Amino acid sequence: MNGAHDLGGMHGFGPIEREAREPVFHQEWERRCFAITLAMGAYGAWNLDMTRFARETMPPGEYLTTSYYEHWLHGLQRQLIEHGFVTLEEIEERVDALRREMGHAQT
Amino acid sequence: MAEHDHGSHLTEVELRVRALESLLVEKDLVDPKALDILIDTYEHKIGPRNGAQVVARAWTDPEYRQRLLDDATAAIAEFGFTGRQGEHMVVVENSPMVHNVVVCTLCSCYPWTVLGLPPVWYKSAPYRSRVVIDPRGVLEEFGLALPEEVEIRVWDSTAELRYLVLPRRPADTDGWSESDLARLVTRDSMIGVGLALTPDELTRQEAAS
Repeated sequence: MNGAHDLGGMHGFGPIEREAREPVFHQEWERRCFAITLAMGAYGAWNLDMTRFARETMPPGEYLTTSYYEHWLHGLQRQLIEHGFVTLEEIEERVDALRREMGHAQT
Repeated sequence: MAEHDHGSHLTEVELRVRALESLLVEKDLVDPKALDILIDTYEHKIGPRNGAQVVARAWTDPEYRQRLLDDATAAIAEFGFTGRQGEHMVVVENSPMVHNVVVCTLCSCYPWTVLGLPPVWYKSAPYRSRVVIDPRGVLEEFGLALPEEVEIRVWDSTAELRYLVLPRRPADTDGWSESDLARLVTRDSMIGVGLALTPDELTRQEAAS
């Protein structure tokens, strides 16, 4: 399937930005997202090609403007839902609950 | 890059990852301690030092080099470097006339067992889009200007097949031990966007750090 992820040969993405002494992860959520993805992959409910496909279903505009681990998060959430590990409603409820908790913590 | 994990104002992405983890833990599908171990493994234990050992052995042991070129997966497994995203390895060897460079245009396929997780630039749109149409220009951007007569071969990785570049052994390293040679082998030289360090470069780099 071609799509926004099929970048070989495209023009206009600008210079390659490199970071000296780059850390393996830049933020804590990237670590957790990476590890959850590997741990859930170990159930064998999906293979690597399915995982890539799940990431590539991100709308093209969004794919090109989000970070690498945001692609992972998109794919992970989609696969967890598709394979019945969690429902979208459960996720949204939990996100809302956490947001409320954080709101209270701030006041 | 600054950390933004202060707890009190999490971004939407942070909230979502936290929500997923808490749900999966609650359902007994993941164990937070197992996640910590996975993170520690990829943050501290698996990295380009693995690949450097493989390269240094190939430089010193002709029979090992041949095994590596014939069946990289098995030859790399001799070091115990096996597992995720290193299941099917191919080693491509640089020569005076051929320089190899690796990309994954579709995503981020990379030989985790020997190089660890890929740097951000390897996964970024500029590298993935351009190295296949202008490899010479990209290598120059990395500070690597190759003579015109050197052929550049670009290898596009797939989810199944991962490439490791076997860089050329630097001059003036006769008699060096395998472990000293490994210090010359950089991550970038095994992706193909750089060369192995010369002894002088190593001295300068070690003095600077």
